[in-house]
Amino acid sequence: MADALLEIHDCCQSFPRADGGEHLVLDHIDFQLAQGEIVGLLGRTGSGKSTLLRLIAGLARPTAGTITYLGHPIDEPPPGVSMVFQSFALFPWLTVLENVQLGLEALGLPEVEIRRRALAAIDLIGLDGYESAFPRELSGGMRQRVGFARALVVHPNILLMDEPFSALDVLTAETLRTDFLDLWGEGKLPIKGVILVTHNIEEAVLMCDRILLFSTNPARIIDDIKVDLRQPRNRLDPQFRDLVEKIYVAMTARKPAPLQVGATATINTVLPRVSANLLSGLLETVAGQPYNGKADLPVLGDELHMEVDDLFPVAESLQLLHLAEIEGGDIKLTDAGKQFAEAGMDDRKKLFQRQLLAYVPLAAHLRRVLQERANHVAPKSRFLDELEDHMTTEDAEHTLRAVTAWGRFAELYAYDDDSQTFSLENPT
Amino acid sequence: MRVFVPISVGGWVRLFSRWDVLAVLLVLGLLVFLGEASRHLFEPLAELQKQPPSLDPRHLPEYAARTTLRMLIAMLLSLLFTFTYATLAAKSKRAERLLVPLLDILQSVPILGFISITVVFFMALAPGRVLGAEFAAIFAIFTSQAWNMAFSFYQSLRTVPTELAEASSTFRLNPWMRFWRLDVPFAMPQLIWNMMMSMSGSWFFVVASEAISVGNTTVTLPGVGSYIALAIERRDLAAVWWAIGTMLVVILIYDQLLFRPLVAWADRFRFEQEAGALPPRSWMFDVLRRSRLVDRATAPFATLWRRSLQTHWFDRAAAKPDRAPRRRWVALAWTSLVVLAASAALALLVRFALAGITLSDLGLALLLGLYTLTRVVVLIALASVIWVPIGVWIGTRPRAARIFQPVAQFLAAFPANLLFPLVVSAIVVLHANPNIWLSPLMVLGTQWYILFNVIAGAAAIPAEMRAVAANLRVGGWLWWRRIALPAVFPYYVTGAITASGGSWNASIVAEVASWGDQHLEAAGLGAYIANETALGNFQHIVLGIAVMSFYVVIVNRTFWRPLYFYAERKFRLG
Repeated sequence: MADALLEIHDCCQSFPRADGGEHLVLDHIDFQLAQGEIVGLLGRTGSGKSTLLRLIAGLARPTAGTITYLGHPIDEPPPGVSMVFQSFALFPWLTVLENVQLGLEALGLPEVEIRRRALAAIDLIGLDGYESAFPRELSGGMRQRVGFARALVVHPNILLMDEPFSALDVLTAETLRTDFLDLWGEGKLPIKGVILVTHNIEEAVLMCDRILLFSTNPARIIDDIKVDLRQPRNRLDPQFRDLVEKIYVAMTARKPAPLQVGATATINTVLPRVSANLLSGLLETVAGQPYNGKADLPVLGDELHMEVDDLFPVAESLQLLHLAEIEGGDIKLTDAGKQFAEAGMDDRKKLFQRQLLAYVPLAAHLRRVLQERANHVAPKSRFLDELEDHMTTEDAEHTLRAVTAWGRFAELYAYDDDSQTFSLENPT
Repeated sequence: MRVFVPISVGGWVRLFSRWDVLAVLLVLGLLVFLGEASRHLFEPLAELQKQPPSLDPRHLPEYAARTTLRMLIAMLLSLLFTFTYATLAAKSKRAERLLVPLLDILQSVPILGFISITVVFFMALAPGRVLGAEFAAIFAIFTSQAWNMAFSFYQSLRTVPTELAEASSTFRLNPWMRFWRLDVPFAMPQLIWNMMMSMSGSWFFVVASEAISVGNTTVTLPGVGSYIALAIERRDLAAVWWAIGTMLVVILIYDQLLFRPLVAWADRFRFEQEAGALPPRSWMFDVLRRSRLVDRATAPFATLWRRSLQTHWFDRAAAKPDRAPRRRWVALAWTSLVVLAASAALALLVRFALAGITLSDLGLALLLGLYTLTRVVVLIALASVIWVPIGVWIGTRPRAARIFQPVAQFLAAFPANLLFPLVVSAIVVLHANPNIWLSPLMVLGTQWYILFNVIAGAAAIPAEMRAVAANLRVGGWLWWRRIALPAVFPYYVTGAITASGGSWNASIVAEVASWGDQHLEAAGLGAYIANETALGNFQHIVLGIAVMSFYVVIVNRTFWRPLYFYAERKFRLG
């Protein structure tokens, strides 16, 4: 049994919070990367998987725990680990060839060798003919190929990929994926192991040998799924679809307590920023044909071309407002939700106001404070400070903005961004 | 019969294109210019006295060459300063806390004030040689160029895109390589723009610093500035016109041969594609780029450059996170050093102040400062009222913008102090009140900053916004109030800040003016500083400069900065 390429043991990462406390981002992560494996880190945005990748790349140090690469602990970017970035990270003032040569120049190899290896990598990845082009002249797919060539030309042992295909359109992404898998399968890539970070469930099932599922806030590994399907994998294969469904269920089922079926939000729940348009749209879609009030989430996501990151916040918001329920990978409208879907604009607002006051304590709190004050005006900072006691500054900002948008739709209160105050009068 | 083409003819055509010929001419000319101009630097001062300055226009090209050389040397020094100071401030948190406010204050000190204090110092450095005087002049020009370049580079270093920084780390670029491969190229467009703005702005100070007279120390360096000073002394209007003409030509040459090519070259470093922005063109840049001779001549330098980037001296200096106790000790040492230096400075100031500056002196300086402040406020307001509408009119018409924006930039570069004698002679002849009529001189050179910034702002109004206005038939005052003025507001504020700062500087040479033996003076802080400089009263010079800096800093902090942030927040498009 070959030695593990990478070992992560009991790793934790936290960042200091504004109020002096610590915000836990990664919670006791344990995993190993063996030779010849593609491991996927799958989770929603903000689930700490990118943080973990940066720890592996040596760009940051963990607060606790150890990460060893080939037996040695990582305290600076280790030689033999390369990274491909979501937005390509190419240097705009260097040509394709110069971009690819960058890593080799840093290694201090002789010029002849640098040029030979760079041209070989460019040829391998399919960029022949583009050597003297500048990144601004290339399409997204071409730019990412340059990113791959640059990462591979230094002959790394481990290739890290941070959502490499999410900035590309569907067709280009698919081409790049299959090209990569072909090269990997034929053994033409000089790498020994791959870690892929993604929020696209189908991509993970398509490419990975093992998938680690991450929960959000803080990130924990909630499941380690082995994918035994043979390459090339077919999206329409029943086993493929089963696996995708299984992952959807796993991701919706194991949520932190407040958002489980039947649970309600507290004043300090972090709210997702979902516009009223999206909420209305999803309700109408699920209420209509062919779902008639109950839909399978993977199927819904497929039809609406929405990935986990887009669909889950909307579904969770609906659950929060008791307009729908999420159960075992399905979304089911409540009576209130069905009413909403069929009502006109005025009735919708009234219904929304009722649900907001009943189930989102922060909105009720805001309104109460405004009513109690003499002139019915309160500054934003007052509520922001309250929220910052229980969550990070960023989360507090997002939550307040979310509840402002919902409150405006429900005509519960008004907000003036110039003076940064809430009030009951609209417009002031 | 075979047709035989002589190889020599074919080869000749292939070896030299017309671009090559042009490039050779230009480069040779540059070398000759540099050689001639620098030959004089090491002459002893006595030589200088032997060649009395002459008003003969035939000397003007030589004078212009020397003036330009001083400016280029100052620019090189400014670049050196920028790369060291700004990098230190950006990379070290501790240094940043001191260096950035320091830079801010330095930016507010009137540049001509610097000259008064430093000229004697520099003359003492190289006694009896022209070099000392040149140092003083070059230092003065340096202070007019370096600060905003350093600020721009510092800002760029702090906003390097995260992913590029991460890519540099994962590919293990050592700090030296990272600086030249990532930091500098990323900062290039802004830095070059600021360099060009600096150079444009410093023509004014070059001209002013060539005829320096502090108390008993008088230096007149051969150059356009001293030519004009002599012309003023001898009331020679024709000479003034000659000088203006020469300067126009010089600035035109500098604009075409240096400014535009550099801005065109910097385009390759642009990080983001702005929608609809055309890449800047420059014929000189095209010449240099298409000439194969130039290409071949610079090839060895390019290889040398690439190889120098691969030095591994800095490899072991990889950033390691500090251990907490050690960090505390170093922080303590640093803080105590700063406190020590500050208290030494305070002691020096107190001793200096107690030795001759009375409260009434301070009161006088503050009052005069108030007069100058009033002038600056009124003049900037007037300039705004005139140039903002014109700027919007020009900016919203692309063809007019293409013609007039470079013109406005050119006017901003032209040293306004060359025009002062014309106005001053008119005031003398017409017996006008200097308190009122000397004032417009302060804003003569700086009003163009407002104009070309507003033109840029108006040109940046999205076409869609104007289409909406046309579609809804929004016109007249409503169009100005709701669309045009809000859209150009951030740009206007940028231009006005520069204009206001420049006007304070100009006041030192504008509030006191002479024509022959006629001496005009407007009551104000600039006049105070100028007079005390002529008398050589160091304490009063420092007092005047300190009070002027104080006013500038106060006005900046309480008015311009909040206005700028407000403009950014409320009126930023998108």
